[in-house]
Amino acid sequence: MTATTTAQPIVQGKSLNKSFGRVVGLADCNFELYPGEVCAVVGDNGAGKSTLIKCLSGALTPDSGEMFVGGSQVSFKSTNDARAHGVETVYQTLAVAPALDISENLYLGREERKKGILGTIFRSLDKKGMRKAATQSLNELGVLTVQNITQPVETLSGGQRQAVAVARAGAFGSQVVILDEPTAALGVNESGRVLQLIKDLRARGMSIILISHNMPQVFDVADRIHVQRLGRRAAVVTPQSHTMNDVVAIMTGAMTIPESEQQLGPVR
Amino acid sequence: MSQSTPTTAVDEFADHTKTPMQRVQSTLHKYPWVSPFVVLALLVVIFTVLGFVFDVGSLENFFKPGTVSLMLQQTVIVGTLAIAQTIIILTAGIDLSIGAILVFGQMVMANLAVYATASNVLPIAGQNPVLAVFIGILVATLAGALNGFLVVRFNLPPFIVTLGTLSIFTALTLILFKARTIQGKEMPEFMLLMNKDFQILGIGITLGLLVMIGLYILFAYVLRGTAWGTHVYAVGNDPAAAELSGINVKRVLFSVYVVAGVVIGIAAWITIGRTGSASPNVAPDINLETITAVVIGGTSLFGGRGRLFGTLIGTLIIVVLDFGLSLAGLDQAYRVLAIGILVIVAVAVDQWIRKVKV
Repeated sequence: MTATTTAQPIVQGKSLNKSFGRVVGLADCNFELYPGEVCAVVGDNGAGKSTLIKCLSGALTPDSGEMFVGGSQVSFKSTNDARAHGVETVYQTLAVAPALDISENLYLGREERKKGILGTIFRSLDKKGMRKAATQSLNELGVLTVQNITQPVETLSGGQRQAVAVARAGAFGSQVVILDEPTAALGVNESGRVLQLIKDLRARGMSIILISHNMPQVFDVADRIHVQRLGRRAAVVTPQSHTMNDVVAIMTGAMTIPESEQQLGPVR
Repeated sequence: MSQSTPTTAVDEFADHTKTPMQRVQSTLHKYPWVSPFVVLALLVVIFTVLGFVFDVGSLENFFKPGTVSLMLQQTVIVGTLAIAQTIIILTAGIDLSIGAILVFGQMVMANLAVYATASNVLPIAGQNPVLAVFIGILVATLAGALNGFLVVRFNLPPFIVTLGTLSIFTALTLILFKARTIQGKEMPEFMLLMNKDFQILGIGITLGLLVMIGLYILFAYVLRGTAWGTHVYAVGNDPAAAELSGINVKRVLFSVYVVAGVVIGIAAWITIGRTGSASPNVAPDINLETITAVVIGGTSLFGGRGRLFGTLIGTLIIVVLDFGLSLAGLDQAYRVLAIGILVIVAVAVDQWIRKVKV
């Protein structure tokens, strides 16, 4: 991949504004995600990370500004709209139904029905087909072995649940996956596996937005780091061009970086 | 490329060695109706042994066709209503107004069928009992829709909403129908249709029983075999997660109360047949009995967990206990005592099951 062929961002936000009463979440915020990259979004509490991500994932609608997915302008009214445009989100809370099994969770909200009369009139679910496809997509991600697809999600460990949630985001032909603090609740080993999973997704050509507080993890997987401060983009840097201390300094406003030294274009 | 590197595997899903207790726990977790089934089987065995070996009371009559017929008929009203209660409890709700809607529905049916012609209120319904039953079911459906509307629109807890509508529909019944019982002989034949029966091996099978079994089969399929059923479980499990997964939680909740209303309406018609009358005083404890049946049947009051099949077994447990203890010559109070213990044990078992680890 060269910079010239992928210059077009796959997800773009232009001058996004969003206020909650007198509290400003986003103030003329710009954002770009390029195909096949992991772009980390970091920032202090209240910097507008969550607001930005919620706008991009359809959970919030910005007050003003423009959003583009794959070059065409979009306006998301719900997370379903974003999903229809291939933008999937893995929430910090994981958004899984604990008592349902892995396959049911992967297909939650987009179940597939049987073909023919059974599906159209009796609305019968194609459980076999869904289990098969779910097993396949989990296997592709190297997440689990075949016989466990009917295991309730609540019997899984935190890392396994995270893997199911990530697999769900990556399983339906989506191009963009937004991960909100995917390792916040995990131990060191499990975090490592989830980071590997993120790299695997990137290797499969997916574009990923990673929200994280964990600087070492961000520096481990991110291609570019979008630093959010006071509702706007303070800078975009790369793990190569700047250190963790620099990023923290930008987050807190102790350091500003001229645009010429930023990495606003794609790196991969 | 990713598959070839072993480091990509996020945890092995290996079977850890489990203690026998953990094995029981995870089995119950997977099949929540197993424990009520064991209880039911134990009850039948105990009553049989007591009756035939120790000759206690008149328990030897336990398996007589007459007794079995009575037990089955006793199952029908609670069993049908418990379907509605199960679906609502699966969404982590509860319906205290089931009994009140049942009574209101059957009073609407009976009054339309008997008095509508005379009073010129909906005279067509009076000449047509089918229409009277239909309107009765429709009214119950609307009552369910009212519950659903209040729960969804104003975000009120189902407990409070149905506590309110319990009073409202009880009062409406008294205000509109003056607490007057309508006897079966006053009503057209069709009103009592659900009590028509035929004999199999001397056991009387009523149409109402068949309708109840039909509803169990239908809803067992709907809950486990359709997307709507999966969504009911998901909403009961974690409404926020369901919403983020793209499920319209409010619509699912509303539809659950409407569907429950339809089932209650059908139960109202069955009740007229079963009791041979339409009385405002029928089954005062029916709300608690349906909740008891659902809970004993292994469905979690916290939502998202349980099987309709368990509810049927729960209903049967209540009825078998009822008959067994009274045939044994024990006071009614012992049956109440036993049910109370069962409910607490069932909820305790549910709490334990929910803590399952792989």
